[in-house]
Amino acid sequence: MSIEVLMPALSPTMEEGTLAKWLIKEGDSVESGDVIAEIETDKATMEVEAVEEGVVAKLLVAEGTEGVKVNAAIAILAEDGEDPANLDAPKAAAEPAEAEAAPAEDPTPALDERPAQMAANVASVSDPDVPEGTAMKETTVRDALRDAMAEEMRLDDTVFVMGEEVAEYQGAYKVTRGLLDEFGPKRVVDTPITEHGFAGLGVGAAFNGLKPIVEFMTFNFAMQAIDHIINSAAKTLYMSGGQMGCPIVFRGPNGAASRVGAQHSQDYSAWYANVPGLKVIAPYDAADAKGLLKAAIRDPNPVVFLEHELIYGESFDVPDVEDWVLPIGKAKVRREGTDVTLTAHSRMVGFALEAADILAEEGISAEVIDLRTLRPLDTDTVVQSVKKTNRIVCAEEGWGRMGVGAEIAAVVTAEAFDYLDAPPVRVHQEDVPLPYAGNLEKLSLPGTADIVKAAKAVCYAE
Amino acid sequence: MAAKRNTKSSAAKGAGKDELLKYYRDMLMMRRFEEKAGQLYGMGLIAGFCHLYIGQEAVVTGIQAAMEEGDQVITGYRDHAHMLACGMDPNGVMAELTGREGGYSRGKGGSMHMFSREKNFYGGHGIVGAQVALGTGLAFADRYKDNKKVAVAYFGDGAANQGQVYESFNMAKLWDLPVIYVIENNQYAMGTAVKRASSETHLYKRGASFGIPGEEVDGMDVEAVKRAAAKAVKHARDGKGPFILEMKTYRYRGHSMSDPAKYRTREEVDDIRSHHDPIDLIKKRLIEGKHASEEDLKEIDKEVKKIVADAAQFAKDSPEPDPSELYTDVLVEV
Repeated sequence: MSIEVLMPALSPTMEEGTLAKWLIKEGDSVESGDVIAEIETDKATMEVEAVEEGVVAKLLVAEGTEGVKVNAAIAILAEDGEDPANLDAPKAAAEPAEAEAAPAEDPTPALDERPAQMAANVASVSDPDVPEGTAMKETTVRDALRDAMAEEMRLDDTVFVMGEEVAEYQGAYKVTRGLLDEFGPKRVVDTPITEHGFAGLGVGAAFNGLKPIVEFMTFNFAMQAIDHIINSAAKTLYMSGGQMGCPIVFRGPNGAASRVGAQHSQDYSAWYANVPGLKVIAPYDAADAKGLLKAAIRDPNPVVFLEHELIYGESFDVPDVEDWVLPIGKAKVRREGTDVTLTAHSRMVGFALEAADILAEEGISAEVIDLRTLRPLDTDTVVQSVKKTNRIVCAEEGWGRMGVGAEIAAVVTAEAFDYLDAPPVRVHQEDVPLPYAGNLEKLSLPGTADIVKAAKAVCYAE
Repeated sequence: MAAKRNTKSSAAKGAGKDELLKYYRDMLMMRRFEEKAGQLYGMGLIAGFCHLYIGQEAVVTGIQAAMEEGDQVITGYRDHAHMLACGMDPNGVMAELTGREGGYSRGKGGSMHMFSREKNFYGGHGIVGAQVALGTGLAFADRYKDNKKVAVAYFGDGAANQGQVYESFNMAKLWDLPVIYVIENNQYAMGTAVKRASSETHLYKRGASFGIPGEEVDGMDVEAVKRAAAKAVKHARDGKGPFILEMKTYRYRGHSMSDPAKYRTREEVDDIRSHHDPIDLIKKRLIEGKHASEEDLKEIDKEVKKIVADAAQFAKDSPEPDPSELYTDVLVEV
């Protein structure tokens, strides 16, 4: 059998090239790896190596020929024992049979041919019923988070927590207080200040059967680690065709603290919520913090769990039940209303509730939706609400451009356009790095008054 | 233990016949596989990035020979041979290269992203250096589970300059994790020679400030690799912590398929190929040691060629993934 040497594609985009030079002649013996020709592409001159061994029977394309199509036969090799002189050029050298197997059609199916995308995973789950007469335990958000971790660590030996100052120091914000005493240094691991490294280490441990909770002292520092959160944790299940799951929780305070300046005061909600392969949770009160963190630890997927330093110390009722777990991907209507929908997550929920009180005094009935989970986003709850109120204000602490509010506004516009009596309005941080000066910081961050103002605007009440 | 340079000749205690024959066959398989991949790339059947391992075969072959069932492997994007060394099916690897349903990732990963839980191969990572932190995490889990397994994290001389490598070294030694860092120093990080990128070009010394022992090894000699690996693996398995092996090796082809490799001379490449080829070396030892005849080796060549040809055929025949695959495997369903 003779072997055809085909014009190779030397880059992902090459379609044709110039056969600049032959480095072999008819009758030469070549071994695989020998350079046989030089080919010029639009980008570079490349050497072509033989991939088979044999004797050069014929050179089919002359030196200097331009526009030689990829996959056209350019030479023929005779294999062991064949007489090169007896070999004829193939009838249609430029028609490589192999190419038939190459996908020629546009691989992207038309939109309407695509299978229905999984509806954001938010089926008809809802919070567990709290039985009549269940005692409520007043708990800070900080302790609720700690309780969630402790309970899950008691249930599952593979759960461990790691991060800076989580063990002996008892947590930079005391969220891990007491865990070292109960679980020991094997499962409550102080790391060096090395976010990129320990985030990657955590992901590797998750690949290999553990369920890490990786605490970032703040999500501002997680920018050093974001490559592992996205490229290693979020994408690997997909890239592995479903083999390599990554059950890990990345948690810590997100957003602005108080007077700590621009580098320590960023809200990453929209960043992480943009990424398929992650789940993103941002709870407001203690009950949600506990119930959703427990769910996050049990979830087989990577979860980014965004807390808020300024609500760690706030106390809320937490149902005193054996195993308080909440569904990921379900928003919560915190206050029902008829005139305007207010969406918010994390600390902004408190402001939205305050705004609703103020609006009520002025005769405007606001419905407050706590998004709780940003990915998957419970768009059903929001759209249903807007169909009732016909107006929406989307509040978030971070920058507005390409933000969570922008996404919600787009969803509502697409799915409830005919119900809207006013364009959706966003409330967000000013489009500047967060300033240090007290007065400027206050001017930059969104608060109750901004939400009230926006709600009145969409109600045309001003 | 301080880093030291192992310059001992490889002629010390040699391997037995079966071992040598296995090395020969495994390395030949990698080479033929990669040549075939290059060919399929030239035909447009493989697209995007494709980094061939030709020239470096002795490294993975020797390391794998020192490992035990259940030990883990993780590497960067030049990963095809690592998968073959782990015992993954050439058909599945080649079909992933062509982006077909029969590929290890059902066509969704490509050349740089394949995995096999069954064979303890943890990828296949495209971000230079990421596998070092991830591999350290594999070892963290081994120690946590106290399973006496070790993890091997391969990376190149280019990745050796990434910050996370040193973050990982620090934690690995701090906690004495059972991880072996194999630096495949093929002399060029894409087009940048080691001496143009590294203030200290002896990469085996890079663990010194963390207290991690390191050795330089002739990465073109599979027996030397095996001996060094056996020592490093024992060190890690015995609970003494990480070990660094710097493999001096060479890639014959460009960094990726579209690299014309103008940063080095043809003479340099030819010299290595003619005088330091890992397969030729083992072939010579087999023949001179009278372990095998030319005919015996020809038989192996034939057998390997057939396996690779079949893999290529499989990779061409396997259908493209069903459109419904677009939306699967984003999240584990709960």
